[in-house]
Amino acid sequence: MSDAQKAALSPEVVLAEMKKNGVTHVVWLPDSETNWLFLLMQAEPSLTLVGVNREGLAFSTASGLHAGGKKPLILIQNTGLMESGDSLRGWAMGMNVPVVLMVGYRGWTRHGVNTDTAATYVERFLNAFNIQYYLIEDGADAGRISIAFEEAKKTKRPVAVLVADEYHGFN
Amino acid sequence: MMDTAELLKIYNRHRGNAIVVPGRGGKHWIKISDKRNRDVELGDPAMGGHASFAMGLALALPQEKLVLFDSDGDIQMGMGILATIAEQQPKNFYHFMLDNEIYATTGGQPVPNAKTIKYHEVARACGYTRAYAYDNLETFSINVERILAEPGPVFVALKVKPEVENTPIGGRVKWRKRSQVQVVQDLQKELGIAG
Repeated sequence: MSDAQKAALSPEVVLAEMKKNGVTHVVWLPDSETNWLFLLMQAEPSLTLVGVNREGLAFSTASGLHAGGKKPLILIQNTGLMESGDSLRGWAMGMNVPVVLMVGYRGWTRHGVNTDTAATYVERFLNAFNIQYYLIEDGADAGRISIAFEEAKKTKRPVAVLVADEYHGFN
Repeated sequence: MMDTAELLKIYNRHRGNAIVVPGRGGKHWIKISDKRNRDVELGDPAMGGHASFAMGLALALPQEKLVLFDSDGDIQMGMGILATIAEQQPKNFYHFMLDNEIYATTGGQPVPNAKTIKYHEVARACGYTRAYAYDNLETFSINVERILAEPGPVFVALKVKPEVENTPIGGRVKWRKRSQVQVVQDLQKELGIAG
């Protein structure tokens, strides 16, 4: 196994972070950066997967789950996050929903020169909404997921975790 | 076409202890309901999300009956949620939709293809096993008790008279007496949910 493979963010580690933080529902729309999570999540009895077909609907769904006392996590791609601006504003921020958004960072490159506008604008988008975010590139960064959960709880606001995929070969 | 307030009064006779998300019927509902801590009137946090919010609430609270009064404009903005609801099959979810054929709060412009679209057929095609449509109070009042006794998810399209608002938003009388956050807090307190 190469060093890169050893360092890669494994789905088991991400799932363990979800369980550690008491996630009950994953509201999601599949993306290429986190597709490796799907089978594990599907097999995990403590999780209910709620698939939506437009990312904005994830925020209102998560808001309803939170109102009912559950702990949702939103799993979407950066492209869909940007499509979701009004729902993020109205349903999640406006209703003080402490939800963690795991966002596939399509187009991300460590060297900072990208050719994908999905990567160009996502951090600017999050900054425009004043959403705190954390970057995870590999397994060593996985603890930042718990930091995001703690911050969401403390601030009663959405907090994002950007899942960078450089090690998975999409860039 | 039905009068929304009268329709809601008829529903209220059969409410029982249901949690009600009144959607754009909220301004009438808060004057009709006598279980205010089980009402989730949110106004319009972001258009198109009422059904997904209510579905989330229904999934979180499977022991409670959850009734939503959605709208045609909201449904058209997030119609894909019908497939998600049908997939999740919340047995406690009753999805009523007020269809006034217009965007009433922006001045009454038409909703696309409003007079032709059959929302209950869309819902059924998405996988709701029970879907109905009514355009008069008499038929609705005859059927509502039976509908509420069926397992969800149930979809009911209801033709209602438009109530157009033309006053600029800043000049409108605010009908909501509680903030969205307060509404959720009151519901959670009622249900014993730690917020």
